[in-house]
Amino acid sequence: MKKISWYFLMAWRDSRRDQSRLLLFIAAIVLGIAALVSTLSFGRNLREDIDDQAKELLGADMVIYSNRPLSKADEMLLDSLPNRHSEECSFASMVYFVRNGQSRLVQVRAIEGDYPYYGELETTPAAADTDFREKQEALVDKTLLLQYGAKPGDSVRIGELSFAIAGSLDKAPGRNEISMTVAPPVYIPLRYMEPAGLLKKGSRVNYQYYYQYLQGDPEQFAQQIAPRLEAVGLHYETIAMRKNRMTNAFQHLTEFMTLISFIALLLGAVGVASSVNIYIREKVSDIAILRCLGLKARQAFLVYLVQVLVVGVLGSVLGAGLGLVLQQLLPGVFKDILPLETRFRVVWPAFFEGIAVGVIVSLLFALLPLLSVRKISPLLTLRVSLEPVRGRDPLRWLVYIVILGFIAFFSYLRMENGRKALVFTVSLLGAFLVLTGIARLFLFLIRRAFPERWPYLWRQGFANLFRPNNQTVILIVTIGLGTTFIGTLFFVQQFLIDQVTTSARGGEGNMVLFDIQPDQVKGIEGLAGQYHLPVKQEIPIVTMRIVEVRGQRGDSVLGQVANGGSHRRGQGFGERMDSNAVGRWVFEQELRVTYRDSLTGSEKLVAGQLGAPVSGPNDPISISLAEDFAKRWNIRVGDPVVFDVQGVRIATVVGSLRKVQWQRLELSFFVVFPRGVLERAPQFDVMITRVNTPEESARFQRAIVEKFPNVSVIDLQLVLSVLDEVLGKIGDVIRFMAGFCILTGLIVLITSVLISKYQRIRESVLLRTLGATRRQVRIILLLEYFFLGTLAAATGILLSLVFAEALARWSFEAPLMIHWVAVAEIFVAIMGLTMLIGLYNSRGVLNRPPLEVLRRED
Amino acid sequence: MLKIEKVSKTYTAGGRTLTVLDNISFQVGESETVSIVGPSGSGKTTLLGLSAGLDRSSTGTIELNGVSLGALDEDERAVLRNQYVGFIFQNFQLLPTLTALENVMVPLELRGEKHVRARARELLEQVGLGDRLHHYPAQLSGGEQQRVSLARAFANRPRILFADEPTGNLDTETSELVAGMIFDLNRQAGTTLVLVTHNLDLAASTGRIIKLGKGHIVSDETSLREVPSDKKKTL
Repeated sequence: MKKISWYFLMAWRDSRRDQSRLLLFIAAIVLGIAALVSTLSFGRNLREDIDDQAKELLGADMVIYSNRPLSKADEMLLDSLPNRHSEECSFASMVYFVRNGQSRLVQVRAIEGDYPYYGELETTPAAADTDFREKQEALVDKTLLLQYGAKPGDSVRIGELSFAIAGSLDKAPGRNEISMTVAPPVYIPLRYMEPAGLLKKGSRVNYQYYYQYLQGDPEQFAQQIAPRLEAVGLHYETIAMRKNRMTNAFQHLTEFMTLISFIALLLGAVGVASSVNIYIREKVSDIAILRCLGLKARQAFLVYLVQVLVVGVLGSVLGAGLGLVLQQLLPGVFKDILPLETRFRVVWPAFFEGIAVGVIVSLLFALLPLLSVRKISPLLTLRVSLEPVRGRDPLRWLVYIVILGFIAFFSYLRMENGRKALVFTVSLLGAFLVLTGIARLFLFLIRRAFPERWPYLWRQGFANLFRPNNQTVILIVTIGLGTTFIGTLFFVQQFLIDQVTTSARGGEGNMVLFDIQPDQVKGIEGLAGQYHLPVKQEIPIVTMRIVEVRGQRGDSVLGQVANGGSHRRGQGFGERMDSNAVGRWVFEQELRVTYRDSLTGSEKLVAGQLGAPVSGPNDPISISLAEDFAKRWNIRVGDPVVFDVQGVRIATVVGSLRKVQWQRLELSFFVVFPRGVLERAPQFDVMITRVNTPEESARFQRAIVEKFPNVSVIDLQLVLSVLDEVLGKIGDVIRFMAGFCILTGLIVLITSVLISKYQRIRESVLLRTLGATRRQVRIILLLEYFFLGTLAAATGILLSLVFAEALARWSFEAPLMIHWVAVAEIFVAIMGLTMLIGLYNSRGVLNRPPLEVLRRED
Repeated sequence: MLKIEKVSKTYTAGGRTLTVLDNISFQVGESETVSIVGPSGSGKTTLLGLSAGLDRSSTGTIELNGVSLGALDEDERAVLRNQYVGFIFQNFQLLPTLTALENVMVPLELRGEKHVRARARELLEQVGLGDRLHHYPAQLSGGEQQRVSLARAFANRPRILFADEPTGNLDTETSELVAGMIFDLNRQAGTTLVLVTHNLDLAASTGRIIKLGKGHIVSDETSLREVPSDKKKTL
């Protein structure tokens, strides 16, 4: 057994002239490690930030939520709680900007008390937070002010009252940019809600009661009163619950980021394996000499393993250092998603984990080509024509298994779920095999179909992809996978926008007016007539609650929940229930129900028959449920269901199930009653019309807000712009992470070009010696990168279209519309980038004098 | 020292079997110098490779220093080479990333010897490269590279030296110089020498010439010529 130091000495000697090249190989994993360290550190910092800022996120020690006005008993219960409290009512309403006459749907938050108790409503000017509570003033979301050109001191009208704008709302506890975009908030004092006439029949209001618990442990207090709250169907949240909820939510986000980083690292590692393979092939004669001089196979293997180990450690340390820099960018990338301040702290465990993973991954992947060192025959010193490495090596399979095992182990560490880790590993293997398969298939087909009559420059450029030791397949895979991520994201985003826009094509409605009271229907119809707008649909809506299903009474189910019975509190999506138990949510929710005798375009009957109109008091009332609603809450056709329609009990039977396309811009309902039952119940209307231009929309909205201030309006333009902005913000995060894969691919491309540079110089010199001009050589190189970029982009786009189509079909149940212009844009971008980087790194190839190279050949 | 008995070597390529050596037998005694000559494709280099344990014969037995090579695996043969065998190649086969001194040190380091630097330095001085110790192969001329190779071959005090066309890549003057050195060092160390060459003059400098043709021994004769003494002095 030789001393370890000898292997290091020999590795140092052997790599003397190649150290910069070895570092170049390892550059492929630097970015992956940087991404890994930054996301691991960011995740850990985020958890700590959530811990530190949980109070500010909730703004109070406990919040009690209700989606209905409190009953006398509820009020007595809340009043009995011995703490400071504030109250908030939030609901959607139109706000009218008096200065420019424009209006928009916003989230009005009417508050009373000193909420938030922790953290603050950040406003400009700072005093606006206190000022607006004392006067008839409003705090308006800063983006809204910018969009509508309003400023503090201007007026806004909400309902029947005007409010002076006290200031702009810059930040509110627990709210992120996306939630502010979807529902921009306007705060007003609660005492003006009634005079503003905003709350009419059917208005959907959320009530929140914020408590600051000054004596003792708030969590203990929450546990004590929880059964009483649950018994009356009130929800609550404490700081610990918010902390858990946020930690869980962001854990998924950071898990996703870490796994993408890991994929980028693995792609880089595949690049390393490919580069090490070339390196070893070039070292074959040196290894044969050493073997001739008496070096054993295992010793030769160790000499090269040490080289890879050293550069692996160096590359990993470099990557981890870069990760610390990158970590500082992440809060900026995630600022729209995060509802809290994130602070930069170096997380040493993440730093060292990144280094360890980097070293292990680079070693494991490099082992594949390194194993061949053991097989190099000393006979090569005498016969250069000998095949350098002969025979199959069963150890390669062992390495493949260890690599897969490590991927599964790492993903298990991140996700703490064996099944998910297995799915991730198998999917990754599958994606890699598919990408490799497609890349090889493309190469095979093009090689066979390539026209022999094409000009020489084209043929030579294409043939260059197949030069000895080429890395064509690995380049297609790495750049292709990055393209797949970005392409899939883009196509799905486009698909969602298409879903909204197409639903309004062909003369269908594109503006929804809701909260219309029965006495306002005629007036609004008349107003629409004045503006020459058609009334496409008028939908009556009645609010009600379910009180009994299959003999199970809502009050007893909620009571059982309060006492920890079988209808557990967390019973929700995907959780197991007793086969006969009905989900508790069914009894808690206030439902909005319509009545009609036909299906809409977005519905399909999947079981039973739609209920016939009811003409007499003894006729059975056959209702129709949305299929997914019924399945989720365990209600079946034939089940008796009793509703409480604002104090009146109505017994019904589930007569049919409908499959509903919820993603269409139409009003869809969980429950549909037959005609003849609800016509006389207290109700409100929703009206759908169609506007043709944004100007027409603005004029009509202004008229509605002026004459019917309680009526809210959503137009398609608003939905589209919000959707676009939200998807854009989420997309930024995904694009940022996918960028690591693309960049890794490009680094592999750079290393590949630089590794084969001497070979390219030789080819260029030979061609120039034979009479080719520099321009012709440059065209050949350009064509080589053109083919490479084309293949990588085509592979990535093909896979992303398959993924997007699968998502569209299975998740959204609608066919994908392919935007060929967008496809072409992605294609050109990826191909162009590949050509640019390839050509830039080959610039030295053309400048070498032929004689210099030919002499070197001697 | 070297015993070859009924050795054949066949290769299979493209479904065809090619016999490169066919039933070869001969012995080389201790301190004996032998040339193997013959036209291209006669099997000279294959015979050298088999004799030095770089490859396995298809049939027959080869004994090197009393050890049957057929019974050894590749790693055991590597140890044997390191202990008893020296090599000189036509294209020098120096490690390009190692200096002249380091190239000579490697076989000694592999044996785990001490004071390897001093021994390597001494050998390089002996071949006239005392001032080129820290030069890389690319910085040396062909003749100088072959002298480094020579120093390396003698570094581990081999019992047998295999030389494959040692002057094949050198001009006439340098060839004579290097050949003189080979014989001189060989004589001083009492090493057995097996030399593969096209050069009949060089072959004539060995004590025995085995002539190969189409995989068979055509002749096995004693040579009486010696290396001229004036060339020895140029060391």
